[in-house]
Amino acid sequence: MDPSRAHPAEPGASGRPPPSGLDAQEIDLAITPLRDLNAALHDVGEDGPRRWRVLNPRGAHALAAGIDAPIEVDVEGHAGYYCAGMNQLATVRVHGNAGVGVAENIMSGSVVVHGNASQSAGATGRGGLVSIRGDASARCGISMKGVDIVVRGSVGHMSAFMAQKGRLVVCGDAGEALGDSNYEARLYVRGAVAGLGADCVEKEMRDEHRTELGELLGLAEVEGCEVSEFRRYGSARRLYNFHVDNAGEY
Amino acid sequence: MPGWKPGLRESALFGRDTIHEIQRAAREGIYDIRGFGAKRAVPHFDDLLFLGASMSRYPLEGYRERCDTDVTVGARHAAKPLQLDIPITIAGMSFGALSAPAKEALGRGASEVGTSTTTGDGGMTPEEREHSRMLVYQLLPSRYGMNPDDLRKADAIEIVVGQGAKPGGGGMLLGQKISDRVAEMRDLPKGIDQRSACRHPDWTGPDDLEIKIHELREITDWQKPIFIKVGATRPYFDVALAVKAGADAVVLDGMQGGTAATQEVFIEHVGIPTLAAIRPAVDALQDLGVHREVQLIVSGGIRSGADVAKALALGADAVSIGVAALIALGDNSPELDADYAEIGSAAGFYDDWHEGRDPSGISTQDDELAARFDPELGGRRLANYLRTMVLEAQTLARACGKSHLHNLEPEDLVALTLEASAMARVPLAGTTWVPGA
Amino acid sequence: MCGIAGLFSKSLDVSGGLGGHLGAMLLQLSDRGPDSAGVAVYREPAPLGSSKLSLFSPDPDQDWAAVQDALAEEFGAGEPELRASHAVIVVETDAEAAQAWVREHLPELRVMSAGQTIEIYKEAGSPRDFVEAFALDEMQGSHALGHTRMATESAVTTEHSHPFSTGLDLCLVHNGSLSNHNLLRRRLRREGIQFETDNDSEVAAGYLTYRLREGASLEQALEGCLDDLDGFYTFAVGTAEGFAVLRDPIACKPAVMAETDDWVAMASEYRAIAVLPGAESATLWEPEPGRVYSWERAPV
Repeated sequence: MDPSRAHPAEPGASGRPPPSGLDAQEIDLAITPLRDLNAALHDVGEDGPRRWRVLNPRGAHALAAGIDAPIEVDVEGHAGYYCAGMNQLATVRVHGNAGVGVAENIMSGSVVVHGNASQSAGATGRGGLVSIRGDASARCGISMKGVDIVVRGSVGHMSAFMAQKGRLVVCGDAGEALGDSNYEARLYVRGAVAGLGADCVEKEMRDEHRTELGELLGLAEVEGCEVSEFRRYGSARRLYNFHVDNAGEY
Repeated sequence: MPGWKPGLRESALFGRDTIHEIQRAAREGIYDIRGFGAKRAVPHFDDLLFLGASMSRYPLEGYRERCDTDVTVGARHAAKPLQLDIPITIAGMSFGALSAPAKEALGRGASEVGTSTTTGDGGMTPEEREHSRMLVYQLLPSRYGMNPDDLRKADAIEIVVGQGAKPGGGGMLLGQKISDRVAEMRDLPKGIDQRSACRHPDWTGPDDLEIKIHELREITDWQKPIFIKVGATRPYFDVALAVKAGADAVVLDGMQGGTAATQEVFIEHVGIPTLAAIRPAVDALQDLGVHREVQLIVSGGIRSGADVAKALALGADAVSIGVAALIALGDNSPELDADYAEIGSAAGFYDDWHEGRDPSGISTQDDELAARFDPELGGRRLANYLRTMVLEAQTLARACGKSHLHNLEPEDLVALTLEASAMARVPLAGTTWVPGA
Repeated sequence: MCGIAGLFSKSLDVSGGLGGHLGAMLLQLSDRGPDSAGVAVYREPAPLGSSKLSLFSPDPDQDWAAVQDALAEEFGAGEPELRASHAVIVVETDAEAAQAWVREHLPELRVMSAGQTIEIYKEAGSPRDFVEAFALDEMQGSHALGHTRMATESAVTTEHSHPFSTGLDLCLVHNGSLSNHNLLRRRLRREGIQFETDNDSEVAAGYLTYRLREGASLEQALEGCLDDLDGFYTFAVGTAEGFAVLRDPIACKPAVMAETDDWVAMASEYRAIAVLPGAESATLWEPEPGRVYSWERAPV
């Protein structure tokens, strides 16, 4: 990430939905242990609170990890590693930055990071939507298995490394080795691509891709980007069965 | 030796195996890939002997006088540690590497004798969860099939840093074994060669692994024991780091450990023998004051109750079997010799598990071949084999006067060779000498 | 494996509380580094013509007064400032001479650092114990580096702890694992660089010292790391004027940077930065792989 594009934390300026009539359950991590927070989030059931606010996260790890309920969680500040890891059904919003592996292995639901995300954002994700309003770092979407990731800013090197399934949309630039060893994930980049990884090539944008991209930009509430500005990348499929002439790619 | 005539002399350096391999490489331009474990001879448990009872030590009677075999794994942090009836578990082997009925058989056999099985690089199948009373769920670099529901259904979680056959390598499965079902579980296109990730995607190093373990505990509400599996390379450091990262148990897989598919050079030339790995691993646990508190499970070439007893005597809490379990199920069975011949091999030699043409129906995804394998019969065979190993270990332990397998100690052993003596740190038989001590 | 931290002050307030802030950072990094801890604090410059040595003694009953006497007799020396097992002494000669003399005449002591402003303290044991034993809270300074260690391949001892100093006012902390350090150590030894341990991080420090000695700027020396060092690393390097950060091109080991009007900081995890005053509104970013970042105080 380029320091000139760094985003200062701005709680309040981050596009959260207007307060509804339902009060959110507040948990202050300066007082309550993380274990209690996660235990409560895992125990919501049918009747528990639908909206939660986490105060003073201060870079705590595994915040809101392992949720399996259609609840909403707003993290008011910066999260550490693995925020919303293995998320199912929930909507988790980080009003700050997120550390390594945000939404890793996400199964469904959505995770929004209003600031920047560190490495391996959405790693091995299998469903749902991960939306990064700032920049994501290296290895964004590594080994993705069906998740959709939309990054308003740029992504670092080795993004979509060994990506199998799903869609990665990058409104800014992509670092070196984009899509290295990609299988069937579809990658859309609007800015500059520093370099393509093994077996990753630019591909033709057809109507179905424009439609898909438009939908993803809409879902992630991206403004100021036109579908026509993006290019599509994906696997050349030359590494699908080993052939000695491709040995240099391995 | 076929083809030999008086006056012909084979080269030790360029023997027939080497000639064959060089010429194969010249034809194909790619390294040789196979399954199974290291085939060359390295110092192993056969080079160790037990000192039985005599004038100074007294044996226990068989049957009446107990020799217990139970072991609890993972009590360090988890609310629900694994309670094993026997100190032999079934090692991680994937659905994909193995057929579904083979995985089912492993579950049946293990459950019958009160021990656990382990998933592999393809994730958890319903058959295995249903038939395994205790199931350990692996978290591998690939993360194929990984999901929190299975994490919560598991009885323990095993984070795979590496395995003995290929420390530093990742999982490998070739197109011929990527069936519809395997493809779906792994989110891959059918019939392609799966590429291997050798590092985890979201952490590298024990300091960041500690944070990952914390996440897994949070997701599973601190219920499950968490193991770390490493291939044997620098066992003293690796075990110490596994403890510092927060492991409840360490699984240490020596170079002889098997695989479904990897490069032959990896299998034979990377990693240290199981025998050499145990004492340094136990040293690390003792130096940190956690021996017996953090369990050590050793694998890689465990074949009999003698191997089990010796591993335990050197300080392991349990052992794990892979190749041996498959052989018990019927892999490489002499009855199938004609079938093996048809695919260019022979019973007892077959190691092309990566090809997926296994006539025993074990290391294949072909429905027809897999249908030949009866999981109920396979389960019974595995249970018989496990029971036999336990009886053997108990026999040896009783002969050394032990009422529990865990009371076996290094001083019950001597070595036949310099290497084994130095590696196991037990004296050469009939002497008090340990080289290097 | 480890935790690393760096703090560069831009205000008198922060300088006044530098040790306390760094200590708070180290505590946040204890989980990833439970075995030992160390800091390099740049403070209280020795007068012109003098230099400072940070000395370690394994003997809990070390007679530091005698050490002062010996140095006073040879060069002239001030009162040693004692902290736990370490003592900092100002010696009335240049750092090279002072260091060489101590190595020859007081071999029971270890020279942890030498220079005009640097003071290195490091010890086996938990970071919490370290912060307390070395009274970090009392220390003021212009900038500092810190380290918490989870030993990978070498022993847990005082000497094996970071920061490593192989040059005057120079130090390095490292998170990661080098893979060609034995090769490099042999090569550097032949060039006259001295090593005390088998630790890979010490080799990186020695490499920088060697390059600087041969005329490279700090930036060039760090860029040389990209060619000559193999393995995984996030480095933070301290110099008399400031500090620098470098990640290897693969960049698997973490690094977070932050800046406010009052300070620039670096740490392995954000939660170590969260404890600094004004962190909530700091500019945060991650250093790119293979790129040298450095901050320097303008010369007075």
